[in-house]
Amino acid sequence: MNQIKRRYPRPLDLRQGRIDLGHGSGGRAMAQLIEELFEAQFDNPMLSQRNDQACFPVQAGRMVMTTDGFVISPLFFPGGDIGSLAVHGTINDVAMAGARPLYLACGMILEEGFPLADLRRIVASMAGAAKDAGVPIVTGDTKVVERGKGDGIFITTTGVGVVPDGVNIGADRARPGDAVLLSGSIGDHGTAVLSKRESLSFETEIVSDSAALHGLVAEMVAIVPGIHVMRDPTRGGLAALLNEIAVESGVGIIVRESAIPVVPAVQGACELLGLDPLYVANEGKLCAFCAPEDAERLLAVMSGHPLGRNAAIIGEVIEDDRSFVQMRTTLGGSRIVDWLAGEQLPRIC
Amino acid sequence: MSVRFIDEFRDGTLAGKLASGIAAAADPGRAYHLMEFCGGHTHAIFRYGVQDLLPQNVRLIHGPGCPVCVLPIPRVAHALQLASEHGVILCTYGDMLRVPGPELRTLLKAKARGADIRMVWSCLDALKIAQANPKREVVFFAIGFETTTPPTAVALSQAKALRLTNFSVHCNHVLTPPAIMGLLATEEHRSGAVPLDGFIGPAHVSAVIGSRAFEPFAERHRRPVVIAGFEPLDVMQSILMLIRQLNDGRAEVENEYTRVVSREGNVKAQAMMAEVFEVREAFEWRGLGDLPLSALKLREEYAAFDAERRFALRHEHVADNKACECPDILRGLKQPADCKLFATICTPENPIGSCMVSSEGACAAWYTYGRTRERRLAAV
Repeated sequence: MNQIKRRYPRPLDLRQGRIDLGHGSGGRAMAQLIEELFEAQFDNPMLSQRNDQACFPVQAGRMVMTTDGFVISPLFFPGGDIGSLAVHGTINDVAMAGARPLYLACGMILEEGFPLADLRRIVASMAGAAKDAGVPIVTGDTKVVERGKGDGIFITTTGVGVVPDGVNIGADRARPGDAVLLSGSIGDHGTAVLSKRESLSFETEIVSDSAALHGLVAEMVAIVPGIHVMRDPTRGGLAALLNEIAVESGVGIIVRESAIPVVPAVQGACELLGLDPLYVANEGKLCAFCAPEDAERLLAVMSGHPLGRNAAIIGEVIEDDRSFVQMRTTLGGSRIVDWLAGEQLPRIC
Repeated sequence: MSVRFIDEFRDGTLAGKLASGIAAAADPGRAYHLMEFCGGHTHAIFRYGVQDLLPQNVRLIHGPGCPVCVLPIPRVAHALQLASEHGVILCTYGDMLRVPGPELRTLLKAKARGADIRMVWSCLDALKIAQANPKREVVFFAIGFETTTPPTAVALSQAKALRLTNFSVHCNHVLTPPAIMGLLATEEHRSGAVPLDGFIGPAHVSAVIGSRAFEPFAERHRRPVVIAGFEPLDVMQSILMLIRQLNDGRAEVENEYTRVVSREGNVKAQAMMAEVFEVREAFEWRGLGDLPLSALKLREEYAAFDAERRFALRHEHVADNKACECPDILRGLKQPADCKLFATICTPENPIGSCMVSSEGACAAWYTYGRTRERRLAAV
């Protein structure tokens, strides 16, 4: 820190200061922001080399790579913020291939006038999430846009990971007879975020489920390496996920409404807002498809992990050239679970 | 709100018992054609698969009780004119954004072209927007049956008290009992060519206007009405009550939804509505044509807040797509699957007819939840 202080006459004002165009200009102000905030928080040797890229050795085998943009409003919500979400979201996208995430990259678009105190809070949250997950943020980029041309802060994260030998997970691999497993309750994230919207705000104990799932995934693929499909039900909720898999695999899916866990507060909030939890976003749940003979073993390992405590077998894959997702309702009837059709739900991830 | 409370009204065991009751009560020697007027009921019926639990001779016909579905094109055109030509901040409910107007233009498309259109959850939000933007004209495009009318009345009386000069309402509030009367006046129903034996009466609407609002109708048209809540077990219970009435030859107004609806309704809300609104001589309903005394307008005392008087709005009328069967579907003469456009070029993402727009519309509910049953029901 002494060195930093010597280099810049005054440290960043992380209490009252605001982002200005100078922080994105490539000049001294930007260098100071990177050093005093990003490097200090993310704190890892690859980042500290200050190259325009991170350099690391490659392992033999298959690698995965993914990228995701985060534009959530509000930035801070019960159970997380845009920073932790940006880390969890990308780690999960890597993990859904059955892969072990190795490194993250982070691009930030900041709006002129954005409070440095908020930025510090977000960056600290990202650093904490990355550290907890054991996946360092090794390179990044910062841009500043004029006031009115961004919504405070947009974050993009990119992740790479390696797939263990013998694991081959893909959205097109669901087969008739496969069991469909869900790692826990749905709708927590979306309703937690909505509860803090200015136009809606309601008092609730609902907390976002935002979490990094790679630990759970590692245990799952260790016990059942032959998992066919794995995906996390984020935007569009469980309904979108099931429809995507049905189309990609050319199969139908039947789920039982009574088997899908929804916590009471989420159910209540959805009733009030006229939402269906099936369409509400999650950030710490996953859905896996496996051969029927593997289902109980997979359920057992999921249930034994803290992030899969409420895991359940919610349905099965059937033959259906129309790729319909159907649901047996709690009432005893049946219905289609369709894609979300143009609902005006605001940004939640 | 306790969730256990909600679940009780969706319980599979109770549903099974009610289903057996309905099967036992339904006379196999006849058919029962029951219309649920409200889109809320249509939605619940499809979402929970209620039809699966009914005998083949009990058929549900989906009525016109979906506010955006019955809004005629000239009114949609007014909304588009207000937003695109008059430079106002146009506030409305989310359902309204995708309703196709002339040339399939929608508010959503107008918004993408720069019109200032805001989705609100309540008319009072529009009022707040007007207060926050004193230099802009703010118009609330009001749609809905008697359920959404009292909040609009409250907002208008507040606007008057606050002496706001930049807030107005484009009123499209419509009335349920005249619409049911109008439905039965159509040729096919009058002649009995398309039977309508009884009605599942609206839930929230009845909470406002009271069950007695349907008594003149039941008496005059000799049709039973059972007011029902929006939970699937409410719907099933009301079906059983309607079947019993029909078996007994009764045509009464019964109330299944006593936990919310009284005979008198919400007298305070009625008074509030009466202070702000008066009944229009006639109003055009999509699919039903001009219905006398079927809608509300702002009273003279509120003229300053009436967007129809405040802005010069043109009457643009464009005929519906000829192949679109929405008018017949809204009147219960056809089912969505009878329409050539259904699920081919008319989908919830690209609605041609109004029944596909709102999740409460018969076509959208059928498309979203019921496509698997097309063949099964075709035979009924």
